[in-house]
This record gives sequence, structure tokens and C-alpha cells, in this order.
Amino acid sequence: MIGLRDIHKAFGPKKVLQGIDLTVPKGESMVIIGGSGTGKSVLLKCILGLVVPDGGTITLDGQDTAQAERDAFLARFGMLFQGGALFDSLPVWQNVAFRLLRGSLRKPAAEAREIAISKLRRVGLKAETADLYPAELSGGMQKRVGLARAIAAEPEIIFFDEPTTGLDPIMAGVINDLIREIVVEMGATAMTITHDMSSVRAIADRVAMLHDGTIRWTGPVSGMSESGDPYLDQFIHGRAEGPIEAVR
Amino acid sequence: MSRALSLLAALGRSVMAFLAAVGRVTIFAAQAISHIFRPPFYPKELGQALLSVGYFSLPVVGLTAFFTGGALALQIYSGGARFNAEAVVPRIVAVGMVRELGPVLVGLMIAARVTSSIAAEIATMKVTEQIDALVTLSTHPMKYLTAPRVLAGLIAVPVLVGIGDVIGVMGGYMVSTGRLDFNPATYLQNTVDFIEAQDVASSLVKGAVFGFLAALMGCFYGMHSGRGAQGVGRATKASVVAAAVLILAANYLLTELFFSA
Ligand SMILES: Nc1ncnc2c1ncn2[C@@H]1O[C@H](COP(=O)(O)OP(=O)(O)OP(=O)(O)O)[C@@H](O)[C@H]1O
Ligand SMILES: [Mg+2]
Repeated sequence: MIGLRDIHKAFGPKKVLQGIDLTVPKGESMVIIGGSGTGKSVLLKCILGLVVPDGGTITLDGQDTAQAERDAFLARFGMLFQGGALFDSLPVWQNVAFRLLRGSLRKPAAEAREIAISKLRRVGLKAETADLYPAELSGGMQKRVGLARAIAAEPEIIFFDEPTTGLDPIMAGVINDLIREIVVEMGATAMTITHDMSSVRAIADRVAMLHDGTIRWTGPVSGMSESGDPYLDQFIHGRAEGPIEAVR
Repeated sequence: MSRALSLLAALGRSVMAFLAAVGRVTIFAAQAISHIFRPPFYPKELGQALLSVGYFSLPVVGLTAFFTGGALALQIYSGGARFNAEAVVPRIVAVGMVRELGPVLVGLMIAARVTSSIAAEIATMKVTEQIDALVTLSTHPMKYLTAPRVLAGLIAVPVLVGIGDVIGVMGGYMVSTGRLDFNPATYLQNTVDFIEAQDVASSLVKGAVFGFLAALMGCFYGMHSGRGAQGVGRATKASVVAAAVLILAANYLLTELFFSA
């Protein structure tokens, strides 16, 4: 279980997170929605310790993450970055198998490569992709390689930052199914950021909407349409008119 | 009065900023060194760094040293030492190359070639979140990126300096025997007789220090890069300037250390 209590983060004068309270139960799929630039990516990075919050506490299974042993803590996580963040000096398969080629999870290279190829197949990429370099792939392919890397070591908790952005509708469907499968089959806890409402419905157990630095609304995905919250309504229906200003 | 005070305040601020930067670099250097000795180690990354710092710098180092050695011989010959040229030219070329020009020129070439590429590479990784990705994959960026590069600088640059010294002396030899009608055997004899073990030791120590500084500055500025393409550009420029200045300053200090009686 991930618990966020009163998380604050500002970059200079710009206040991004202003008191986030959120609980993500173990084995559930939480989807974060919210306008562009509201701090969704920053929120995930705070949990991983890539961005240090200015205030508040983050707990994992009740333990304060600031005091956790870093290596053991990170070994439980996988993360897909919004921009893919593939290592461009390494071929695709070594990107996917990065964790399996070094450190405590180290496996023989041939075995790691096999695992990498099977993960690539799960995200809809052919085995031939394995020996290409990230720069030789299209944007959507890079995204999927990033996804394969995030799930390669079968982590307990997986963060997906816009997993379907830039994919065609069929591939987006494949990825939505994959994320759902990972949560259901592997019992993983997932936090996904997405702007795609069909993705939200396909992936989420629970939804949280970020607005103005706080969690504006959170609840089960089924309660989203009858929330009565004008902010959430405007967002899910994509209306230009409403309480959320179009210029932010 | 208030003008003088604000001037003083500005001066104080820049002194403080400078000291803070020195502090950050020192802490970074200490971390880099400590990561060299603590597992896990990344031998593959070290191998790659050795190749790019050492092996691929050979042409640049060789050419620089060769032309400088040759020019040095010409200068000394024409500079009024003709009466005793047979003895003076080989000696000054040897001492000049080994003690000063070899290490300094190789150091500066490494700053241009290696520091810039390290800074640009690491800064790009930072800007494209690859450094964050490393962390989430349980890999310490200081260990995986900085330690191998700094160690490679420490190992490869003294070797390059040694090679540069030899090629520089050879350059002087070829110009002196080819253009200036020196006797080859006498030239070599004079060179060998004059060079002392301390000259060579100082040359290699300088090489190690310069290599360390060059790689360290590349990593430091890369890791602290600002955002976007502009951030990468700034980091690269700053790293090369810092490496070059530090190398020249360190050269002075090391020369004091070795040769001031
Ligand atoms: N390292 C940083 N330095 C300064 N500002 C930052 C930094 N990272 C994020 N920000 C700022 O924080 C705000 C939130 O950024 P974030 O990337 O979390 O947005 P987001 O909600 O993920 O948006 P999107 O949906 O467009 O990805 C932005 O205004 C951004 O400019
Ligand atoms: Mg984002």
C-alpha cells in the first residue's frame, strides 16, 4: 500500500503540489488524471524519490520511504517514463533486460535476452526489434520498449506515465489489456497517468483527479460519471467551458 | 555609500557562489572516488570508457605532440643557441616536452575531446530522464556513469602523456636530423643523458591528475545540466572551460611541487 500525506512540492516560485493526500491499496490499479502541467509526473517521481518533496510523508506498507533502504525499495518498483527514457547507448534488448544484466537480479546474458524478447512480444514488438537501437525506433515503439523495461523484472509496484500516448488505437488497446493483466495476474499495484478516457475505463480500479496541486476527486472508476463534481465532469467530457480554466 | 555597499554585497555574493561551487565539486570528487572502490563494479563500462578516453585519443595526441616537438626544435635552434646547438636543442626539447608541453597539451586535448563528450552525453541523459531511469533500475548513476569515466581518465591519460612525450621527442629528433643536419646518434644520446627519472615521473603524475580532472568536470557538469538542449550546450561549454583552467592551475601547482627546490 502506498500512502501520501500532505505532499508539497514547488519549483522556485511555482507551487506544483500543494498538499496531496492519496492512498493506493495493494494490488489495485489507480489511474491519475488531470490537466497538462498539474504535476502528475512530479507526483510519481516524488514517490520514487527522484524528486524530493518539500513537505509531507510518503509511506510504503506503512514504512516511511525517506527512511527505507534505497536499493531494496527501488527493487520493488518499475517505471515507464513519459518520454520513454531509453538508454540510447544500448540496444533494445539490453534496455529491456537492464536489471537482469547487473546487480542482484543478474542472470546469464542468453537467458536475460530470452526474457527481454518475451517481454517485447507482450508489448507487441517483434523479436527483430531486440537488436535495434532506441534511436532507430518510432516514438510509439520507444514507448513500448520503455513499458517492456518497466515490467521486465516483474516488480510489485509499477508506474506508467502515459503508456498509450502516441500509440495507434489498436496498440493502445493491447497496452491497456496488458496493464490490466499485470495487475490481475501478477497482483501488482499500478499507478497510471493517462489522458485517454477509454484507457481510464479499461485500466482503473480507482481514479484520482489532480487539480491545483491537490486531489480534487478520488473514487472507484464506476463512480466517476455520477460524481457530481463539476471539475471532474468537465475533464472527462473534455468541455472547454467549466470551472477549469483553459489557459493555465 | 549605499552604492559601495551594494558593490561589496555583489562581490560577497560572487565569492560565496564561487566557494559553494568549489564545495560542490569537492564533494562530487570525493563521491566519485569512493564509488570507484565500492562494488558493484561495471567492468564493461570501464572498458568502453578506456577505449574512448585512451585509444581513440591516440591520433589527436600523437599529432599534437609530433608537431609541437618539431616546432620546439626549430624555435630553439633559431633562438640564438646555434653555437652549442648539438647539445642544447635535444636537451630543451626533451625537458620541455616531458616536463611541460607533453602533459599540458595532452591534458588540454583531452579536455577538448573527452570532457566535452562526457558532459554532452551525461547532460543529454539527464535531460531525457535517462539518469532517473537508471535510478529506478537500481543502478547508481555515480557508480555506473561517473566512476568508470573518472577511473578511465586516471588510467588512460598518463599512458597517453607517456606516448605523447615520446612522440614529441621524436618530432624534435626528426626535424633536427632531417632539416637541421644534426647527427642522429648524438641527438639521441643527448636526449637520453639529460632526461631524469623525476622528469618522467612528474610527467605521468601530471597526466593522471589531468585525466582525473578532465573526466570529473565532464561528469560534474553533465550531472548538473539544466533543462533542454540549451542546458546541454551550457553544461558542455562550462565543463571544457573548467577542465582546461583546472588543468593549467594544477600544472602550476604540480610543477612547484616537483621542481621548486
Ligand atoms: N525539474 C523541474 N524543474 C522545474 N520545474 C519542473 C520540473 N519538473 C516539473 N516541473 C514543473 O512542474 C509542473 C508539473 O509538471 P509535470 O511534468 O508533473 O506535469 P504533468 O501533470 O505530468 O503534465 P503532462 O500531462 O503534460 O505530462 C510543470 O509546470 C513543470 O514545468
Ligand atoms: Mg507528465
